[in-house]
Amino acid sequence: MYTDTIAAISTAVSASGIGIIRLSGPRALEIADRVYRSKGKIKKLADVPTHTIHYGHIYDENEIVDEVLVMVMHAPRTFTGEDTVEIDCHGGIYAMKKVLDTVLKNGARIAEPGEFTKRAFLNGRLDLSQAEAVMDVIQSKNRYALKNSIQQLKGSVKNKIEKIRKAILHEIAQIESALDDPEHMSLEGYAEHLEEVLKEQQGEIRRLLSTVADGKVIQEGIRTVILGKPNAGKSSLLNVLVGEDRAIVTEIAGTTRDVLEEYIHFGSAALRIVDTAGIRNTSDLVESIGVDKAKEQAEQADFILYVSDASVPLDENDFHIIEMIQDKQAIVLLNKSDLPAQVEAEKLAALTKKTVIPISAKEESGFAELESCISSMFFQGKLDLPEDIYITNRRHKGLLEEALESLEQVQESLDAGMPEDFYSIDLMNAYEALGGILGESVDEDVIQEIFENFCVGK
Amino acid sequence: MSRLIREYQVVVVGAGHAGCEAGLACARLGLRTILFTVSVDSIALMPCNPNIGGSSKGHLVRDVDALGGEMGKNIDATFIQSKMLNKSKGPAVHSLRAQADKQAYSNQMRKTLEKTPGLTVKQGEVAKILVEDGKVKGAVTYSGATYRAQAVILCTGTYLKARCIYGDVSSNTGPNGLQAANHLTNSLRELGIEILRFKTGTPARIDGNTIDYEKMERQSGDRQVRPFSFSTKIEDIQKEQVSCWLTYTNEKTHEIIRQNLDRSPLYSGIIEGTGPRYCPSIEDKVVRFADKDRHQVFIEPEGLYTSEMYVGGMSSSLPEDVQFAMYRTVPGLENAEIVRNAYAIEYDCINPRQLNPTLEFKSIEGLFSAGQFNGSSGYEEAAAQGLIAGINASMKILGKKQITLDRSESYIGVLIDDLVTKENKEPYRMMTSRAEYRLLLRQDNADLRLREIGYQVGLVDKKDYEYVLWKKEKIQEEIHRIENKNIGVNEKVQDFLGKNNSALLKSGATLADLIRRPELNYEMLEELDEGRPNLPWDVKEQVNIHIKYEGYIKRQEKQVLQFKKLEEKLLPENINYDDVPNLRIEARQKLALYRPVSLGQASRISGVSPSDISVLMVYLMAK
Repeated sequence: MYTDTIAAISTAVSASGIGIIRLSGPRALEIADRVYRSKGKIKKLADVPTHTIHYGHIYDENEIVDEVLVMVMHAPRTFTGEDTVEIDCHGGIYAMKKVLDTVLKNGARIAEPGEFTKRAFLNGRLDLSQAEAVMDVIQSKNRYALKNSIQQLKGSVKNKIEKIRKAILHEIAQIESALDDPEHMSLEGYAEHLEEVLKEQQGEIRRLLSTVADGKVIQEGIRTVILGKPNAGKSSLLNVLVGEDRAIVTEIAGTTRDVLEEYIHFGSAALRIVDTAGIRNTSDLVESIGVDKAKEQAEQADFILYVSDASVPLDENDFHIIEMIQDKQAIVLLNKSDLPAQVEAEKLAALTKKTVIPISAKEESGFAELESCISSMFFQGKLDLPEDIYITNRRHKGLLEEALESLEQVQESLDAGMPEDFYSIDLMNAYEALGGILGESVDEDVIQEIFENFCVGK
Repeated sequence: MSRLIREYQVVVVGAGHAGCEAGLACARLGLRTILFTVSVDSIALMPCNPNIGGSSKGHLVRDVDALGGEMGKNIDATFIQSKMLNKSKGPAVHSLRAQADKQAYSNQMRKTLEKTPGLTVKQGEVAKILVEDGKVKGAVTYSGATYRAQAVILCTGTYLKARCIYGDVSSNTGPNGLQAANHLTNSLRELGIEILRFKTGTPARIDGNTIDYEKMERQSGDRQVRPFSFSTKIEDIQKEQVSCWLTYTNEKTHEIIRQNLDRSPLYSGIIEGTGPRYCPSIEDKVVRFADKDRHQVFIEPEGLYTSEMYVGGMSSSLPEDVQFAMYRTVPGLENAEIVRNAYAIEYDCINPRQLNPTLEFKSIEGLFSAGQFNGSSGYEEAAAQGLIAGINASMKILGKKQITLDRSESYIGVLIDDLVTKENKEPYRMMTSRAEYRLLLRQDNADLRLREIGYQVGLVDKKDYEYVLWKKEKIQEEIHRIENKNIGVNEKVQDFLGKNNSALLKSGATLADLIRRPELNYEMLEELDEGRPNLPWDVKEQVNIHIKYEGYIKRQEKQVLQFKKLEEKLLPENINYDDVPNLRIEARQKLALYRPVSLGQASRISGVSPSDISVLMVYLMAK
């Protein structure tokens, strides 16, 4: 039996009506009881009969998170063969995320892709046809998750994690070579040195974790940037997109009153529109943030909406943007189609080699075409599935927290005056957790590092 | 022409540390066994360092002993200095190391072999392995005699096509100038066995009468010596010990080495074999760690029978004149006379992935192998494999279940799993960092872990086994008592704590709470523990460790539960990986090459990813 309890969102993360958070493992009932309160606040899920449904609320300490239906299923008659609790909450990213966060905070661990199936298999709960069908999904999800985590990790985050790992590995090798060759290597005064390294690396991990809260690490939708020259109509486009008729799933508030991001759902595809504050506060993104910044944003985006003004001829700004979107998934919106046209859709399509949709933000026309265009890009796989990005990133966050916890454990061992070989146990756990983010296995790393950097041997 | 034909049940090729354990195990389990050696005067020879044990290797010796092997008893009878290494560290890395009297060690082992019923020792070179229909049938010596057997265990050490080299001098001999075995390799190749060529080396031996010990630091043994063997009584082995000595190389040494690097056979290309990184020659150290201005040199006696001293830390294959000049730069060695030159040795061995974790060849039934022949290095690694190969060859012939120790049970399990699962590009040495569950694999609890297996196999007698059962019970009882023993706040307690620099109690505590404090332990707390039962030292030791490190031990036990799950999912022997849909090509190739026994082993093969393991799981279920 597995000894830990896992949790994940088991429905697509979208604006659908209901979302299910599934908990599985020996502590599933106990964890559910920690977050669930029935109407009379007396009922304990641990006491209710198996395969029953219960109404109530999920609480994060004393704050209500969501109104839910909870299904309790005892092992072994469950999908995984373990004790399982399913929490039906209100759909939508925000609600599901909150409920998931709450159960994670109370002792569950985020599930790896395919982990429910793996457990079901190990507990003998799947027959072949079921397993094969599920495997196909795992395979594609794995591929997707891998691609996604690499995408997300390109650049600075990846470098930073690699640097932290390197620092940790060096310490492990130092300790291990001294243990292997105690007469050649001494660890005198090592504890103080390690303490410094720990402080520094814990700081690095905390900094990474703090970016999670900003939403820089957690991505929950297709990262979308709206580009356009001054007065092209970006902000009126945004207003139409997030207006009454379109579902705003959530807003992540920044430290200022400005809304930094907006979520827009088109069917099962969620767009996360970045730096909306820039669009709202000034009428001109390119001008306010500068061409370089716009370019950087365009580079990081998974998807670009380029708003072109049909009423005035193309200028330098437009050509800059056209260059930026060359290698990107993008749609060109020819705005102000209600006014006499200075720019022709065909000409713009030839220039950009993208789909051009004439719209009028003012008259709210052309949006049905936009929606079906995004949906079809999504189904053709040109745009990435949002729920997997979400899970992958939750996984990253979980692994970062695990690494941090392990380093804290090392500090505890130091404080408790434990001998040096205990440090390397938790250092190794931290190293492995960080390796999980990069998709790297550990295997011979320590041995390599010892031989490379420490002169050992008879 | 008529030739000698004899019938045995097991043929063991080689009487080094692996061969002796293999031969003894088979004979003790009741099988008629013949043990071949190129020289009966070189049984259990220690051609390199004069010690047994050391970090993680000491663990192997303990594990061998707990299973009913001989190495621990043999060194207990013949050691001349002994030391528990890493004593200031946690119990998992305490490791026993003893200096041996090499000749006494060898003689003692020879006596043991000779008085073991059913075991024949025979001088001769095995030149050919007989195989029919994929099953081993016996061996043929260079002289043409045939020895029929149901199992053959290859423990050829560094003797296969051995070549010793220093400078431009090379001779086709085994270690110490002993005769090499030049014929067996061809027979193995004909059987389709993949052969590798590895290299290792040894430093010079110096006449102790020409050493000035005044210029060196004395290294003494422990005041109270711990035995290796669980069967040896601690009071029987307390004796006068010899000293080892510590000195250092210096800039002058390094200068001589640097100036003569072009004369090293490694650089001139005379040496083809792959050498071990963990046992670098002094020239290697000087090149790779150029910023270090000195390296440690340990001067260790070869035995009481001789004044020869081993120069630990300065193995080399530089020419004779360079060696002479180089050793003489070291403080204390200014007038040293070299008795035996340092040399590098090359030899044939196998790629161990051809073996099952039982140490039987996957492709040839009844053919087993152990020791340096399997690409490992070290006496202890050899003995451990020899014992397992001996046990499993016997089990096979007796029609019983063969044994495999896993990574959570024994360092032997780690050693063999690494050998048969991972890609080995150099002689493999055991290291404590290779054991992921080392908190559980301590040298102090080898008997608790392995005695039962040894008993079931038939190498551990009933009395020793029953002692372990009794010991386990006592440990549990005492832990329970200590966990529930309340210590009130009173003057005697506070005095005791103050005296031992431990924080005073604010409210009552259990005795276990106090034992968990780093500055206190079970032994010390005796004076606060009225009515403590009289227990043997080994029980007390376990109680102390269990209480002190409980949290860490429990965490590792949890990890082991997870680990076992995949380990227990066995892969069918006849699985065809081409039939498994969705495996990546690299994984498919690696799996077909290694043919792992379990999903756990499969997951440790480099190039096999977690998603390949998931795919395999689903496939397995279809079977």
